[in-house]
Amino acid sequence: MADTSSNDAFVEFERVQKSYDGETLVVKDLNLTMPKGEFLTMLGPSGSGKTTCLMMLAGFETATHGEIKLDGRPINNIPPHKRGIGMVFQNYALFPHMTINENLSFPLEVRKIGKSDREAKVKRALDMVEMGAFGGRRPAQLSGGQQQRIALARALVFEPELVLMDEPLGALDKQLREKMQFEITDLAHRLGITVVYVTHDQTEALTMSDRVAVFDDGRIQQIAPPDELYESPQNSFVAQFIGENNTLEGTVKELSDKLALVQLDDGEVIDCMPVNVNAVGERTKVSIRPERVEFQKDRLKEGAHLLKATVKEFIYMGDVFRTRLSVAGNDDFIIKSRNAPDQVRLKPGEQIEIGWLPEDCRALDA
Amino acid sequence: MSDLKSTGQQTADAPTPEDALHEAASLDAREAAHAPGGKAAGPVLAADGTPLKRSLARALRRQKMRALALIAPLLIFVLLTFIAPIADMLFRSVENQIVSETLPETVVALKDWDSEGGVPPADPVFAALYVDLFIAEAQKLHTRLGTRLNYEKTGVSSLFRKTGRRVGRFDTDTYTDQITALDPSWEDPATWVAMMESDANRAALPFTARSWDRWTAYQLSEGDDPAKEDIEDVLFTTLYLDLRETGGTGAADARIAQIAAAVGDFDTVSLSEQFADADKDWLDPEVWGTIKAFAPNYTPGYFLNSVDMQKTPHGIEARPENQQIYMKLFKRTIFMSMVITLSCIMLGYPVAWILANLPTRTANLLMILVLLPFWTSLLVRTSAWKVMLQQQGVINDTLVWLGIVGDADRLVMINNQFGTIVAMTHILLPFMILPLYSVMQTIQPTYLRAAKSLGATNWTAFWRVYFPQSVPGIGAGSVLVCILSIGYYITPEIVGGTTGTFISNRIAYHISSSLNWGLAAALGSILLAAVMLLYWVYDKIVGIDNVKLG
Ligand SMILES: Nc1ncnc2c1ncn2[C@@H]1O[C@H](COP(=O)(O)OP(=O)(O)O)[C@@H](O)[C@H]1O
Ligand SMILES: [Mg+2]
Repeated sequence: MADTSSNDAFVEFERVQKSYDGETLVVKDLNLTMPKGEFLTMLGPSGSGKTTCLMMLAGFETATHGEIKLDGRPINNIPPHKRGIGMVFQNYALFPHMTINENLSFPLEVRKIGKSDREAKVKRALDMVEMGAFGGRRPAQLSGGQQQRIALARALVFEPELVLMDEPLGALDKQLREKMQFEITDLAHRLGITVVYVTHDQTEALTMSDRVAVFDDGRIQQIAPPDELYESPQNSFVAQFIGENNTLEGTVKELSDKLALVQLDDGEVIDCMPVNVNAVGERTKVSIRPERVEFQKDRLKEGAHLLKATVKEFIYMGDVFRTRLSVAGNDDFIIKSRNAPDQVRLKPGEQIEIGWLPEDCRALDA
Repeated sequence: MSDLKSTGQQTADAPTPEDALHEAASLDAREAAHAPGGKAAGPVLAADGTPLKRSLARALRRQKMRALALIAPLLIFVLLTFIAPIADMLFRSVENQIVSETLPETVVALKDWDSEGGVPPADPVFAALYVDLFIAEAQKLHTRLGTRLNYEKTGVSSLFRKTGRRVGRFDTDTYTDQITALDPSWEDPATWVAMMESDANRAALPFTARSWDRWTAYQLSEGDDPAKEDIEDVLFTTLYLDLRETGGTGAADARIAQIAAAVGDFDTVSLSEQFADADKDWLDPEVWGTIKAFAPNYTPGYFLNSVDMQKTPHGIEARPENQQIYMKLFKRTIFMSMVITLSCIMLGYPVAWILANLPTRTANLLMILVLLPFWTSLLVRTSAWKVMLQQQGVINDTLVWLGIVGDADRLVMINNQFGTIVAMTHILLPFMILPLYSVMQTIQPTYLRAAKSLGATNWTAFWRVYFPQSVPGIGAGSVLVCILSIGYYITPEIVGGTTGTFISNRIAYHISSSLNWGLAAALGSILLAAVMLLYWVYDKIVGIDNVKLG
């Protein structure tokens, strides 16, 4: 992605800021570049400014500062209906007084497409979401999942190159949501459209996206493909927000390119990978994923740092064992081990020693 | 109205006692089907051994009774104060017993008279009228009847009044004198009282007996004793007429036979001449035709009158041009109500839209302004419009001051249709804004955004997506405003002048000034029918289930 010049950028946010009330910035200095055909997810807690970004892109809100470009053209002054961006709303916003067919042909009608063409396109779009038999119904006569498909078909029927989706699966139950997640990504890749997808559900973000932009406090905290995001979080917010994470607090003792020695608050010193620390003496939060922690010595590398731990709780979860430990003053230290025949089941009160590879232990900002 | 019913069912999603009953019934059937062996026929029993269905019905009945008891006060109130007056009004609009009650003999006697013949009826009819009018005059009922018939034919009122004054002084004392000359005991009221107690006498003197009964009933009601009062000429006249007719055969009293033998030689008085003396209009067949036409107990006359027609002796025909006012008033009422409704939509829609799209706090503040008119007296508001609109009023003064109109030709904006429309639009506007607002509040702004994201311009998005969803509000507002304005009274009365008044002003006039309640009732019934028709048409076009008040 090193050669991403503004030439292949399809969607671009340049130093975009947004304030509703003139006092607080809801979006602070947003920079984002998306190539054509990418499935990008904006992930973040509620109120972090995701919807606002989407609305600015769609044209329903104006950026207070900065520029948004679509296919190289600044669109700040183009009204929403001329942007040609498909949109799926959280509550679907299907027009209740129109049938499904009428809903779908609406965007074609306003584009003055001929009747026979319109009918063919509507039919194709409905078939695409497997709702061909429902054209004559009203939205109220469909279930939530079916309405969701129609909303998707309507956003795609006029063949936009960019589609925005704001928490489109938020109202569905878990099973349906998983099915739709797959169908949406499948459709997007089949049609080659560019998608900006907003969600607060990290699993959804990780499973669906080419890249995920993690939002917090009006800023993108990290933007990366899902695996990179999970395995190499760039700051402690991302580490906490994505997946399960153990945090140990301490101070940097020694710092080199590949290694940082961190003295934890109870005096123990551990080897870490320096990610977001700049100087010796800085406070840091060390982040370790639960599944990367080992407590059986034979599985640990030679020379790995070992820490004393007390077992607090053992939870049997079927495929994995989840054990809560007390480590270096942190009572919520979780480790996960696969349920294998030779796996050890720890008992509460047991004293053990745990360790990990230095590269799995990331020293992040405090 | 079948639509109404179906919507009723739609909204009644909540379980009703009936549902429970049906459910219980089907439960019974299912239980029976599942029951092993031949036990299928037995009903499911409750814990105390009664059939479950019955104990459920009993439990529900108690609920129903309680619900009924709760609504009873309102039900009684509505029945007494609303349904009953409407029924009374509908009844009054066709009721016409006054003619047959006041002139019972005349109405019967007129049966055989041909109103198309062009000649007044014969003497027996005048005799019947003589009796009727004499009694009515004593009861002071003849002027009321005159007023009633005057609605149908002008001049009848004064005819009755005039004749009423004369009817006691007809020359019929000729009969009295001749009969008492033959037998002075006829002068004694006791003779009459005794005579009229015998069925045989009564059978021999039917006309006299009927008149005697009516007359004595009147005397008793006045607290007089018939056995002590002088016998009136009118009774001697009926006695003479009866005897001449029947010869008094079968009478039990010999005194009757005595007179009967002599009647052939009596001097006679022509009652038609007596009446013609009182007022020569009695020889006019049209007067008699009117009485005959309105003799039945129920008449379409008031309704015909309401649509500028009349029932004449020659059938139903249009009233003279110069008397046709009601159709014009009806048309004007409907037309102006429509204009007022349209103006309310035009003015109210944007206001409701703004209210619905403002933050709640601001919207509530503005809502107070919308509701403000409700807090001032209707009279004050209407009078304020008078101040605004009159020729020396605020608007004209301003226009003259600005030089837009000359001092000589100030605009006439009050006491005409314009004034009524302006004032009523203002007064009824909240009734349009409120339902519109509550419907618009439920239309989420995402619909407009969705439409725009699909490529619709602001106008298309509004017209194709927002407007159709707001139609139920327009419908509810229009029904409210239109129905209210059709029956409006005070405002047109004050600012309407002559060209801006409504049918209701005419109704009020007939109720309080002309006292023609029958006509007022007929006009009111037509108004009621018009409103119901309007409602029906609305139901057909828009569908009443499309009306939402919130
Ligand atoms: N129309 C608006 N007017 C004022 N403040 C708003 C408006 N929309 C959103 N906000 C504020 O902006 C912040 C970000 O909102 P939003 O973009 O909806 O977040 P997200 O979609 O990530 O949950 C929130 O604090 C919210 O209160
Ligand atoms: Mg949001």
